[in-house]
Amino acid sequence: MGILSVQDVSKTYQSGNRKLTVLDQVTFDIQAGESIAIVGPSGSGKTTLLGLCAGLDTSSQGSISLNGQQMENLSEDQRAALRSQHVGFIFQNFQLLPTLTALENVMVPLELKRRKDASKKALELLEKVGLKDRATHYPSQLSGGEQQRVSIARAFANEPLVLFADEPTGNLDTETGEMIEDLIFNLNKEQGTTLILVTHDRELARRTDRIIQIKGGKIQEETHA
Amino acid sequence: MHNFSWTLKMAYRDFRKNRVKLFLFVSSIIIGIAALVGISSFGDNLTKDIDQQAKELLGADLVLENNQPIGDLSFDSLAVAQAAEVNFASMVVFPNTGDSRLTQVRALEGDFPFYGTLETIPEDAEGNFRSGGKKALVEKILMAQFNAEIGDSIKVGESTFVIVGELQKVPGQTGITATVAPAVYIPMDHLKETGLVQYGSRLNYAKYYKLADEAEVENLIKPFKEEWEEANLRSNTVEDRKRSTGRSFQNLTNFLSLVAFIALLLGSVGVASAVNVFVKEKMPSVAVLRCLGVKASQIFSIYLSQIVVMGLIGSALGAALGTLLQYILPQVFADFLPVEVSVQASWSAIGSGMLTGLMISVLFALLPMLKVRKVSPMATLRPNEGDTQLRKDPLRWVVMFLIPLFIFSFSLYLLKGWQESLGFTGFVLFAFGALWLVATGIMWLIRKFLPISLSYPLRQSLANLYRPNNQTISLIATIGLGTAMISTLFFIQNQLLDEARFADKEDQPNMLFFDIQTPQVASVKELLQERNLPILQEVPIVTMRLESINAVTKKINEDLPEEARKSRSLYNREFRVTYRDSLISSERLMAGELKPVKTPGDSIFVSFEQGYAERTGIKMGDALVFNVQGRLIKTYVGSMRDVKFNQVSTNFLVIFPEQVLDNAPKFHVLITKTKNDRESADIQASIVRQFPNISVISLGTIVETLEEILGKISFVIQFMAFFSIATGILVLISSLIISKYQRMKESLLLRTLGAGMPLVTKINTLEYFFLGSLAALSGILLSFLATSLLNQFVFQLPFRVALQEAIVVYLVITGLTILLGWLNGRNIMGKPPMEILRE
Ligand SMILES: Nc1ncnc2c1ncn2[C@@H]1O[C@H](COP(=O)(O)OP(=O)(O)OP(=O)(O)O)[C@@H](O)[C@H]1O
Ligand SMILES: [Mg+2]
Repeated sequence: MGILSVQDVSKTYQSGNRKLTVLDQVTFDIQAGESIAIVGPSGSGKTTLLGLCAGLDTSSQGSISLNGQQMENLSEDQRAALRSQHVGFIFQNFQLLPTLTALENVMVPLELKRRKDASKKALELLEKVGLKDRATHYPSQLSGGEQQRVSIARAFANEPLVLFADEPTGNLDTETGEMIEDLIFNLNKEQGTTLILVTHDRELARRTDRIIQIKGGKIQEETHA
Repeated sequence: MHNFSWTLKMAYRDFRKNRVKLFLFVSSIIIGIAALVGISSFGDNLTKDIDQQAKELLGADLVLENNQPIGDLSFDSLAVAQAAEVNFASMVVFPNTGDSRLTQVRALEGDFPFYGTLETIPEDAEGNFRSGGKKALVEKILMAQFNAEIGDSIKVGESTFVIVGELQKVPGQTGITATVAPAVYIPMDHLKETGLVQYGSRLNYAKYYKLADEAEVENLIKPFKEEWEEANLRSNTVEDRKRSTGRSFQNLTNFLSLVAFIALLLGSVGVASAVNVFVKEKMPSVAVLRCLGVKASQIFSIYLSQIVVMGLIGSALGAALGTLLQYILPQVFADFLPVEVSVQASWSAIGSGMLTGLMISVLFALLPMLKVRKVSPMATLRPNEGDTQLRKDPLRWVVMFLIPLFIFSFSLYLLKGWQESLGFTGFVLFAFGALWLVATGIMWLIRKFLPISLSYPLRQSLANLYRPNNQTISLIATIGLGTAMISTLFFIQNQLLDEARFADKEDQPNMLFFDIQTPQVASVKELLQERNLPILQEVPIVTMRLESINAVTKKINEDLPEEARKSRSLYNREFRVTYRDSLISSERLMAGELKPVKTPGDSIFVSFEQGYAERTGIKMGDALVFNVQGRLIKTYVGSMRDVKFNQVSTNFLVIFPEQVLDNAPKFHVLITKTKNDRESADIQASIVRQFPNISVISLGTIVETLEEILGKISFVIQFMAFFSIATGILVLISSLIISKYQRMKESLLLRTLGAGMPLVTKINTLEYFFLGSLAALSGILLSFLATSLLNQFVFQLPFRVALQEAIVVYLVITGLTILLGWLNGRNIMGKPPMEILRE
């Protein structure tokens, strides 16, 4: 069994008396250190799948295990603890905390892991993404690309086993997007992190080890690089 | 432990950026807390000052009173000094102008007051007065009313005195007592010459004692109590006075604290509404923190601790402001206070005020704040992730229950009674509920039936009331409740005055002559008839006391166990009784009937006023023996009447049938109707000139006095209601500032779309107009309801829609809202668009 294992997972939404099946018996397995891309048309259920894998939401059916822990059996707080220990996130719209400086944003996962040297480590990470001199700036004082770099530093701060990214370059121009991609893949190699990213960008998908294509809530095909 | 310190660290980081905004949120409780702290500090100081000045309150260590002359008593030898006073209501005349008025005449002998002084202008007037001669000290109100000056003369009965001083302050007296019964002091030596000491005059005799400094008054008088009780002597010590004065002011300050508490509650609603906006803004951050693996409870603590800190700061500011407020309060209450009130910070008032403010604002803030716990981390990936089901959150219901519980506990602490506290809590919940309902209803109606045919600015401004994160409903509720409080007071006060003035217009009596001796009746009637004045009523009055009730005499009653005992006042009071076999227009029969006496020897059935009978425990069929000037008359309670006391007529607690009292010594009351003030003044002058013992009251004087007293009371109440309005305004200001950014963006959008500045201004002004109108109208609607309930159950007046007053209130509140909105919007309008986009 890999670091992330998805078994027969379905997700249905009840709206009124209509049942909407967004994910339909999805099964796959991901090994530690692997990088995969989830691709598919809009509304196909990519974000839903990512949310379930990261333990942000619960499935209607099936089981997901992350680092050997059966997600269905955990309480919301236990899943939160699991996230703070082993999971990192990068979002399409950056999602930095607006009231915290760049440095403090990066410090949060470290502090949650109770690292004594949180600020030193956070500063190192900011240096890696090239924003050491912007440490005391607030998100509103940074450009989109800079914000995403901070959020990458934050995502790698707790040295996660698995990193989830939902359209990390979706809000950025091509050039900046490429720089962000490089950063993600470099850190991924460096730390040996498992990477799961959702994207519309074929080029980006091709850089991963494996591509999972979904359509209408079902896995269409898996391609290996 | 680590978690906790991290929570605080995160709270601090967040707080840095939010503090101005957060401060705005809690600012609405500042005024409520200030009012609460101010009032209770004032109350604490008042209690302390009453304690310290208790001797000055009474002017002596002990007072004995009776309505018969008090002879020498065995107690007299224990006193260091004695003084005596005879006081009674009588007309006085200012011979210079011929004006006359009913006053309280006090004939004084000895050095009363032993503690405190009679404050006069000129200062040496008291000494002058006591040095002998026909001199008088006159209350300043009287002097002002009749433009009298020191050195003028004043006629009391048949005797004329020189006014040597104007009384400023008399121990134990307040501005209100001076208004109702202004005093004229004359020397006891010259009382006889006035000719007012005769049968029918209602004289009160008082004896003042000064005891040795080290005397323990309560112990000293204990052995004499029974003797005094038997002689119908009422005793009053410094301790008694301290207790009764203290109690009535405790009640007053408790009542005022409740009024302040309402302002605090209004502010708390403002806090809840603002925190709601705050929480909505924080939702994305909450979702991110959840994603990063922070526990829901920990995130909740991060935000709650910020509110608590701000609540504390707001409370502290409120407490400081409340302590300053005390400097004004003694002036506001000046006319009601019998003592000089000191100004001092009361730590207990500050402490409990801050605690109350903090608890209630946090409770209200929890309502929106609880949502934080339910944010799904999925919201980071899908921002519109639907609201989690709030209604199902059990903690929310706990808070919903805790709020009324807190209100109830607070009122129980002040009011002491379960029923009153439940009533107050019910009233508060009802008022809020009603306003909430009205506001929601109106909002729903506008949204549902907004006609598409309206002009664009009208439609846009109405639609603005529904902008996301709008605080429309809570604004309507807070401003509305403030409006309701002020306008209810305003309406009631005007209606009471109208009612009194109105009485003069109909064919109602407006002049009353009393204390007429039997031999004088014919001549007074003649005088009235000469001037073509009708005699609307002629009422004989006989004074008597109760000897026994169902064979229980005063003595037996004293020995009965507490629960079987009848009210002492039944035996101690003097009943003023008339006799007739029919009801008059102000009376209604509630039980039994008026039974005339046909043949001598028949049983005599008397009629009681129902309310009085209920208060004192007199029942139908009770056998009562009255002592009429020494003659005992056995009677039975044969009927109960409801008496309307708000008319100019003579009203009686007890009525006898005719025949029985024909030969008893009595005096008379005549009632007439004059056509105008001039006629009233003329007849008053000529009656008082010929018969100095006859007292005259005209409706005009009553209305004047009523106006003055209501003016004083309503000043105090309006001062208190002001806190609620001010809180409403603060909530409005804070909501305007909170929504400022949104408003800027909206105006900008409109301008980008090509709307000119005048149009944008017009839309904004219309929005404030609608907001102000809705709040004012809801408040006025509620106050109509309150007024009609008060009218029906308390004042027994018919309800009248106070249209004019309502229009004034409406215009003021709406105008104020527009003005504040305009002030807030002023610096939005001028800004270049780019600057707004960058924020
Ligand atoms: N809470 C919900 N209730 C009902 N339907 C939902 C809910 N959340 C998502 N859906 C539906 O589930 C489907 C899949 O949504 P999802 O966000 O996973 O798509 P996606 O593949 O990420 O699309 P995109 O590429 O546009 O981001 C969509 O049709 C969406 O409308
Ligand atoms: Mg998506």
